[in-house]
Amino acid sequence: MSTAVSTGITREWQRFTLGERLGRYAVYVVSAIAIIWSLRTIEVIPEFLYDAPAQTYDLFERMWPFDWRFWPTVLSGLIETLHTATLGTLMALVLAAPVALLAARNITRSVALNQLANLILVSSRSVNSLIWALLFVAIFGPGALAGTLAIAFRSIGFVGKLLGEAIEEAQKGPIEALTAAGAPPMAILLKGYWPQVEPSFWSVALFRWDINVRESAVLGLVGAGGIGVALDTATSNLYWDQAGLVLATIFTVVVLTEIVTSRIRSKII
Amino acid sequence: MSTTLPSRTLRDAFPANWTVRALWLGLVLYVIYAASILQITWARFVIGLDQGGKFLGRMWPPNVQAQKVQLITEGMLESLQIAVLATAFGVLLALPLGLIAARNLTPPWASWTARALIALLRTFHPVIVAILFVKAVGFGALAGVLALVVASMGFVGKLFAEAIEEISMKQVEAVRATGAGFLSVLIMGVLPQVMARFVGFIIYQLDSNLRNSTMVGIVGGGGIGATLFTAYQRFDYDVVLTILLVIIAIIMLFEVVSTRIRKVFQ
Repeated sequence: MSTAVSTGITREWQRFTLGERLGRYAVYVVSAIAIIWSLRTIEVIPEFLYDAPAQTYDLFERMWPFDWRFWPTVLSGLIETLHTATLGTLMALVLAAPVALLAARNITRSVALNQLANLILVSSRSVNSLIWALLFVAIFGPGALAGTLAIAFRSIGFVGKLLGEAIEEAQKGPIEALTAAGAPPMAILLKGYWPQVEPSFWSVALFRWDINVRESAVLGLVGAGGIGVALDTATSNLYWDQAGLVLATIFTVVVLTEIVTSRIRSKII
Repeated sequence: MSTTLPSRTLRDAFPANWTVRALWLGLVLYVIYAASILQITWARFVIGLDQGGKFLGRMWPPNVQAQKVQLITEGMLESLQIAVLATAFGVLLALPLGLIAARNLTPPWASWTARALIALLRTFHPVIVAILFVKAVGFGALAGVLALVVASMGFVGKLFAEAIEEISMKQVEAVRATGAGFLSVLIMGVLPQVMARFVGFIIYQLDSNLRNSTMVGIVGGGGIGATLFTAYQRFDYDVVLTILLVIIAIIMLFEVVSTRIRKVFQ
């Protein structure tokens, strides 16, 4: 730069190279085309829109006051939902641990196995919890068993990915010390990796449990048990005063779990 | 010397921790209790495995009849449209919301109002929001778009507010010291610091909307979910498998594309 100033040549400085700018413009153009294409081709029935405000008003008017006679059904559904979320999370932790070990490149030194583990993790995350629930309802019949498995299978991807990354970030020192002492592989895992991974393991578990409480609340819509069954019954019967009670319950529980998890997180981690 | 040495050699390198063991035992007891509440039994599981075999048998091979493929393409395109529009509008609305919610730029009453709104938007699962929108604007893609707009506003708004709270105030103060107005401070002092992370949030949200747009159809919100649910209810399990494979393929493809886009903006 000093040479440029001394020789009197003026250079125009730009923050990004030509390639970078072209790449950015390409992304902008593609996004604009995608948005315009979606706006022009998406199917919207205008007749439905005219009475939307009236329909919304009608919805809230019908919800209030809540129908408290429905409360016992809601409560038992709620208990089922909480157990589904917790049990599903625990099952996911158990199932995700081996996949995470396979995905961690410092433990499994085989690219093919790493890729296989990644395929499992991506598939688990791509299929939505409601769709997992549909599949398990077809296999195990309606009920909380299908819901628990849906929550577990959906969470494997999330837990496995984060856990695999935590394992990859583990420091080599303790591992090398154990290897030098002649420790068997299982001891290296338990005494070398586990203490390093444990904090992030429980933090991931807590985070996922929080998400799973929300998710398991809707599984009942496809017959997989929990408070969603009560919601489905209420909305199918157009008993909006019962649906309102269910929604208020879900709202309260979600807010409470968020408070509880943030308390635990700030205390332990 | 001779008294301390034996105790040293006898010390267990990994002493048993009874508190931890008790906690593990409690966990096991809870699992047994919860399984009994949910009526999860081994017998049911075994019956299910038998059923699962039949189920998989009916799923395979995936159905690729021209008529079904056309239905699936239409549904998937609608899902893509839902995801794109929900992300575009959701992010557009999340920008001002996140800005107001950032505690370092706005007065407390404004930021707390915006924070409460974000928390409210995030509370309900998109499917529940979709049910309410289906009632409000009728069946179809619009209800799905609106439901995902709500989800996007909540999530991106929260992340955006956090990103703004982490910026360095030095640049903001420097711009302010020149006598710049609020808008100039935003454009020159705040946005350059958060732009790169913001692109990351948009890509993440598009990814998440794409996943969720496959699901809102189950409650009448349009997209591939509607096609999937119809096929499921008609016991066309081979079509269900085709749809699942298409969903997984598209989401994996998008993961590849999104890492590319992220690189462009780094």
